[in-house]
Amino acid sequence: MNGWEKLILYFQYPFVRYALIVGVLIALCSSLLGVTLVLKRFSFIGDGLSHVAFGAMAIAAVFGMTNEMPLVLVVTIVSAVLLLRTGQNAKIKGDAAVAMISVGALAIGYLLMNLFAKSSNLSGDVCSTLFGSTSILTLTQTEVWLCVLLSVVVTAIFVLFYHKIFAVTFDEGFAKATGTNAGLYNLMIAVVVAVVIVLAMNLVGSLLISALVIFPALSAMRVFKSFRAVTICSAVLSVCCAFVGILISIVGGTPVGSTIVAVDIAAFGGFSGAGIILGGMKK
Amino acid sequence: MVQLICQHLSLGYDGHEILHNLYFKINAGDYLCIVGENGSGKSTLMKTILGLQAPLSGKIVTGDGLRKNEIGYLPQQTLVQRDFPASVWEVVLSGCQNRQGLRPFYNVEEKRLAHENIEKMGLSSLTDRCYRELSGGQQQRVLLARALCATKKMLLLDEPVSGLDPVVTEEMYCLIESINREDGITVVMITHDIHAALKYANRILHIGESVFIGSKEAYMKSKFSDGFAGQGGVR
Ligand SMILES: Nc1ncnc2c1ncn2[C@@H]1O[C@H](COP(=O)(O)OP(=O)(O)OP(=O)(O)O)[C@@H](O)[C@H]1O
Ligand SMILES: [Mg+2]
Repeated sequence: MNGWEKLILYFQYPFVRYALIVGVLIALCSSLLGVTLVLKRFSFIGDGLSHVAFGAMAIAAVFGMTNEMPLVLVVTIVSAVLLLRTGQNAKIKGDAAVAMISVGALAIGYLLMNLFAKSSNLSGDVCSTLFGSTSILTLTQTEVWLCVLLSVVVTAIFVLFYHKIFAVTFDEGFAKATGTNAGLYNLMIAVVVAVVIVLAMNLVGSLLISALVIFPALSAMRVFKSFRAVTICSAVLSVCCAFVGILISIVGGTPVGSTIVAVDIAAFGGFSGAGIILGGMKK
Repeated sequence: MVQLICQHLSLGYDGHEILHNLYFKINAGDYLCIVGENGSGKSTLMKTILGLQAPLSGKIVTGDGLRKNEIGYLPQQTLVQRDFPASVWEVVLSGCQNRQGLRPFYNVEEKRLAHENIEKMGLSSLTDRCYRELSGGQQQRVLLARALCATKKMLLLDEPVSGLDPVVTEEMYCLIESINREDGITVVMITHDIHAALKYANRILHIGESVFIGSKEAYMKSKFSDGFAGQGGVR
């Protein structure tokens, strides 16, 4: 049986189609936000927030909550807002602030779990926040619809507020001084980022979400020099890489997340090369 | 018509006071130059007027229906990340942001305005270039074009000609003068170029150990012009 027939066969199964849809949509959302996050020096916010979510899960476990999702979502959104809203006047900036919150939350969460938890499967819990608690191949129909809805909302917000996001990201001081409500737009970006990351974290894990945020944006920035071109390119690139990555993983039987990241890395290599060649041609 | 009053303003950082009990008014149509030594608090004052920074005490009152989104601003330095992908066109157009309100996209009128200001600044050939790959002076002109896009009633400039060559500097002063005279826009300019200040401004605000605010003529007669602007006063 060759690869093509194998693909056709696999596409008979709904869970394969679900995985493809969800993977591509999450790739789209995270790459749209990725350009802003990378430029605001928040590349690692995916990792940071997932550790915060882990801390929140630990607290939920200590209090014996059965449904931890609302708490996790609220805590993560609040952290994202605190991180992103501080803006350009912050005393502790971007990467350092993310590192602080992420390490702090991880340590406190682990400590709490050790002190109080009944479950002994600690490493399992830590692992699932890193690689996703529900595998992308075991998604239910509800999760798929949730994801579709979320992506539509995120994309719509991004398109409608595109120019404002640019203004606030490029020069927050000028935007504020001339009467743009920079605080409000930063808050909006923070909430959207937090929601996307929490949901994506459950579906695909925080390692993959970080890669999806960072790689497409950086690849596009190698070649393109305007904000619009970079945004469009990184969205298209991210969607293509996720699509190809999932197909390869189905045919080759490799782990989905890691395969997508590997394809992203390859694309980054290609774009870096193209950037060097294009840069050389101009001179 | 008074557009802006600074009432008993004290400025500073982290509780440390730089300027104490400042009181002055800006009238519609004024060309006010702010002069003073390095570190005397000129940029801080401008940021406070723009609401980027809270005063230690006192307040800023606007009058004559001046709203925040009618003010254009050229910062002294813009901390733009080295790798930020933004074309000259995108940067200048972002100056129209305050006209946009909640509308998601720029309209024809705003794009025309951006084109006009790009032309005024002599940037037409650079429109599609990447902002961060321009020279310092070119970047300064891009930011000036952006400030002009944002201006409806008042324009605040923090050392607008720093980094510009003599020819462009002269053009810039003429341009700012025509904006002030013909379009009736209030100009507030921080400058170390005392000759230009005395040539173009109608009022001078000198800040430092002691503060002077008044007409250009009064300034030339005052003790302030002796030491700080000695050469300027002679001309
Ligand atoms: N972010 C800051 N935090 C603490 N102190 C500051 C900050 N920015 C400026 N200062 C201090 O405030 C004082 C006034 O600074 P400001 O930038 O307003 O001076 P300036 O008059 O614009 O000087 P220049 O002519 O060099 O532009 C300086 O003594 C400076 O050290
Ligand atoms: Mg200054």
